[in-house]
Amino acid sequence: MTIDHSHYLILSALLFTIGVMGVLLRRNLIIIFMSIELMLNSVNLALVSISEYLQAPDAQIFVFFVITVAAAEAATGLAIVISLFRQKQTTNIDEVNQLKG
Amino acid sequence: MAHTIIFWILAIMSVVCALGVTLHKNPVVSAVFLIGSFFALAGLYVELHAPFLAAIQIIVYVGAIMVLFVFVMMLLNLGRDPDRFSKETKPRFPKYLALFLLVGLLISFIHLTSFSRALPEAFHGFSIENIATLLFSKYLFPFELLSLLLLIAMVGGVILAKKK
Repeated sequence: MTIDHSHYLILSALLFTIGVMGVLLRRNLIIIFMSIELMLNSVNLALVSISEYLQAPDAQIFVFFVITVAAAEAATGLAIVISLFRQKQTTNIDEVNQLKG
Repeated sequence: MAHTIIFWILAIMSVVCALGVTLHKNPVVSAVFLIGSFFALAGLYVELHAPFLAAIQIIVYVGAIMVLFVFVMMLLNLGRDPDRFSKETKPRFPKYLALFLLVGLLISFIHLTSFSRALPEAFHGFSIENIATLLFSKYLFPFELLSLLLLIAMVGGVILAKKK
């Protein structure tokens, strides 16, 4: 069986769903962040696959941008986790249910 | 044939590592699984003739983002969390239904689209010169905005994590 682009896209869909599963089911804030990184990666895989299919280099630039935005997101998100942990001594989001800390 | 074998090895490795990230009790082991998933995806990028992105993936994700994650886990001294899932008594059925609907819809959309061509043998991807020319001509403005975004994220991270 030869591998075509639909295989890559299905793999990307599976990885995205696993990421959504992590966000929906897990309660640890850091695991939720890692699941978000997984979802961003699956979208990158779809973009690279389509870039190869259409032979368009633009999609690779988008992947580059997505990776940079993911780095910025991880930095701010983890800073929020640290300041949250300083107040609540937990990273479980079930215990974080107030707008005013 | 070699492409097929490499694809299946990398695909299985990435899916297993992704499941490990979402299901393992210990966050540090989850981080190691995530690194494995990133490496598998970098291998898939090489298979898709995008070696530049494979290098960026390893340098930025494994070299920077995952180090940040592991560093924060070390700082917070996180152990295993015994209650992985929510302890709320609400039924978890809608979540599973949403997941099945999502994966079913995505895969059926992909099946409805006909990708006529297999991976072309003659096509060897874009050179780094191609990507660099595009990045610094057509996408120069977004690129500069991105540097501003990184600056904002850096300042925001320092302010958020600073002691009051």
